[in-house]
Amino acid sequence: MIKKHYDLVVIGGGSAGMAGAIEAHKLGIKNILIIDRNDYLGGILNQCVHNGFGLTEFKEELTGPEFMTRLSDEVKALNIEYVLNTTVTSILPDKTIFASNREGYHIIKAKAILVTTGCYERNAGAIMLPGERPSGVITAGTAQLYLNVYGYLVGKRVFILGSGDIGLIMARRLTLEGAKVLGVAEICPYSNGLNRNIVQCLKDYNIPLYLSHTVSDVKGSDGRLLGITISQVDEHNNIIPGTAKGFECDTLLLSVGLVPNSPLLRDAGVELSRNKGAIINERYETNICGIFTAGNVLHVHDLVDLVTKESRLVAHYINEYLKGNSIIDQIYRPVVAGDGLGYVLPHKVGTHPLDEVTFKFRVRRPVKDVNVIFYEDNQTIKSVFKPVLIPSEMTEITLSLDELKQFKQTINVKLEQKQ
Amino acid sequence: MDNLSYDIIVIGAGVIGSNIARVLSEYQTRVLVIEKDNDVCARASMANSAIVHSGYDPVPGTLKARFNVAGNKLFPDLCKRLDVEYKQIGSLTIAMSDEDMVTLESLKERANTNGVPVEIINHDRLLELEPNVNPKAKGALLAPTAGIVDPFTFCSHNMENALDNGVQLHLNEFVKNIEDHQDYFILKTNFATYTCRVVINAAGHGAYSLGSIFERFDYKITPKKGEYFVLDHYAPGLVNHTIFPLPSEKGKGILVSPTYSGNYLIGPSSELSLANDHSTDPATLAMIKAGALELVPSIPFTELIRVFAGVRAAPTDHDFHIAPLKKHPNFIHLCGIESPGFVSSPAIAEYVVNELVKPILNFAKNNNYNPTVRPRIHPETMKDEARKKLIASNPDYGEIICQCEKISKGEIIDAMSRSDHPHTIKAIKKRCRAGFGKCQGGFCQPLVARLISEYYHIPLTQVVYSKLGSNIVRYRTKGDNDD
Repeated sequence: MIKKHYDLVVIGGGSAGMAGAIEAHKLGIKNILIIDRNDYLGGILNQCVHNGFGLTEFKEELTGPEFMTRLSDEVKALNIEYVLNTTVTSILPDKTIFASNREGYHIIKAKAILVTTGCYERNAGAIMLPGERPSGVITAGTAQLYLNVYGYLVGKRVFILGSGDIGLIMARRLTLEGAKVLGVAEICPYSNGLNRNIVQCLKDYNIPLYLSHTVSDVKGSDGRLLGITISQVDEHNNIIPGTAKGFECDTLLLSVGLVPNSPLLRDAGVELSRNKGAIINERYETNICGIFTAGNVLHVHDLVDLVTKESRLVAHYINEYLKGNSIIDQIYRPVVAGDGLGYVLPHKVGTHPLDEVTFKFRVRRPVKDVNVIFYEDNQTIKSVFKPVLIPSEMTEITLSLDELKQFKQTINVKLEQKQ
Repeated sequence: MDNLSYDIIVIGAGVIGSNIARVLSEYQTRVLVIEKDNDVCARASMANSAIVHSGYDPVPGTLKARFNVAGNKLFPDLCKRLDVEYKQIGSLTIAMSDEDMVTLESLKERANTNGVPVEIINHDRLLELEPNVNPKAKGALLAPTAGIVDPFTFCSHNMENALDNGVQLHLNEFVKNIEDHQDYFILKTNFATYTCRVVINAAGHGAYSLGSIFERFDYKITPKKGEYFVLDHYAPGLVNHTIFPLPSEKGKGILVSPTYSGNYLIGPSSELSLANDHSTDPATLAMIKAGALELVPSIPFTELIRVFAGVRAAPTDHDFHIAPLKKHPNFIHLCGIESPGFVSSPAIAEYVVNELVKPILNFAKNNNYNPTVRPRIHPETMKDEARKKLIASNPDYGEIICQCEKISKGEIIDAMSRSDHPHTIKAIKKRCRAGFGKCQGGFCQPLVARLISEYYHIPLTQVVYSKLGSNIVRYRTKGDNDD
């Protein structure tokens, strides 16, 4: 039975939501509700049957379902309230939550909300995939659900566009299930997946990786996919004529990026950044006081262990907020990401941060031997040397309260090649 | 011949065939509609601008002008009784130069001749109505009777109404040959052989070759492909009207318009193509983007969710062909119904049935005719208390299947229970909007596939995306293949 009032409502019971709720409970917040649309707690981990999860969170290597079960067992052991098969349809800036399930339509008031709704897969439309629109062109995660949860293969001759981790993992899974994976095309001159996945999922199975290549045509009218053409691209991602290679296949998996699943936040009036995650301060609070966000709905993480770590940190700030230790009228110093940086979190830092602040960022393309410089005007406040930075790995740099104090108007971050 | 299979066979269940079927169902006559695709509204009727054009643009005296203006007037009431979303938002044709402003005067004259209310507005008034239009615009032609419509349910609810009133529909059936035996036709398809008194050829791209069985035409059809962008319904107010550039030789040009669902539609291009070529390509899309940004410089292409292409059956003489064949008066031939065919469709249907078919068959009114379709229920737009009551009476309406568009299981079951039985992922998408949002079915497609599988008692491997053969999943991983 869903109550009418909670101190904290967590929307999305995946790894971020559960870790946030568990930590909030441990910090003393007792009146918590987790809402999830699926019929289990754990979100996308349920279909990630491969291993490689939990090395930092649990100090051992787990599969996705094992990882999520550890968390859901703890949620249950702590008697944290949760409701399944329930979709939050909207939230209001006053932290009213509207949720729908088979039992009814529920209007819930929360003192604080943690939005942990994860991400969705970028799809054919968003990347303007050329050619026709047959069945068999499918995002890698959806194919993974059909395979690992429903028990169906989408096809047996497969090409993969994009070297994101889900695509790489699926290359191996499909091969093990008897499908022929013909290759992986990546538009960038480098892979966008974790190195271990390139080795363990492609190289070990002799699946070719075509760097600086993209799909230039899709054939099959609106029936089932008949084949694709890939072509090499130049440094501006334009197709180089005469480089086309054809593949007969019945399936094209798209592993071309993940996008924060943030429409709920957007429709509540939360300001979003260019990557579609919320704009947050150093406490992971959005522009609406008391609405917090963490995990892949904020920015897409490399590993679930980083998601749970972030979410636990946010639980700490939610606790401070509920205790009244929130300085609403503090002045924010925007964080400005320089050339070569995809994004830097948080987007702004108040004049009175509660703790040191760990900045999280990604580079746009691989770089070597750079100093990451935090500066204002001509004054460098912190410089950290990094021998290698790659887009597929998020980097963290922490600034102390003393260092943060030195910024007046803006916190600028840039990369500088080491001489 | 008294024991004919049908009185009338309509070939094609696009927007023209569906409207004709509906108007025919008002009479006591036996009608079969055959459609070669796996759903109604599967070709040009599905992939177009979905604009209820005002009718100022077609050359006065043409069939296009006549049926556009008449059709526009029929839309409001028809959409109300068929439960189709329709909004009369008006259109603005933008003048970018003083020369263009002079052209607007001639467009206004044309509108007057066609009997369409329009008004020329100046720069200031334009920017007041549309703050995001290019500030360099000099003015615009405002046509307040233009509108936007849900093109998918406009077709499917026309057909549903026809089916509810006794018309029959066969999907995946196509004509192989037709013989005229003076007072009846023998029509052979891939399934069967039928006899009928009247054939109505509304076969879209296929209409020309079907008509050519009997007659040589002095025009040709040159298929023209139009590519489009669809943006998410991220925020209202980018544009409030349908925004057109000045029309040119190539047509009405690249428009920017809100859609019935609050999305934004940008396009089309106009390129010669094959009739079945629905491919998109980066060069054409870049051209559309540039054209659209000229009209509305702040279009957020980051909100892009889909690109698509539709192919119009463009006649070389630039007008509709709607008439009985000269030597085969019971064969009603509709050909070259390009834009503004969608808006014209209800007026064309009334003309075809009342002026062309009725004199042949002299049929009586169907006294049991029900003019409405069962209204749909969409919990997301209901008031809280009504929504609670609805879910209490039918919990399916509480179970959300499509997160992006907030579509419940109840809505999908309701659609499948209607007389036109949508049974593909795309047919459900067209009727319920499940899979229409930013994830493009990434989350809900498996759930919809499972609902179809359960509702029609077919294995998941037999659930198709659209056409026959467009299966989603092909093999079981364990155990027997049920493919």
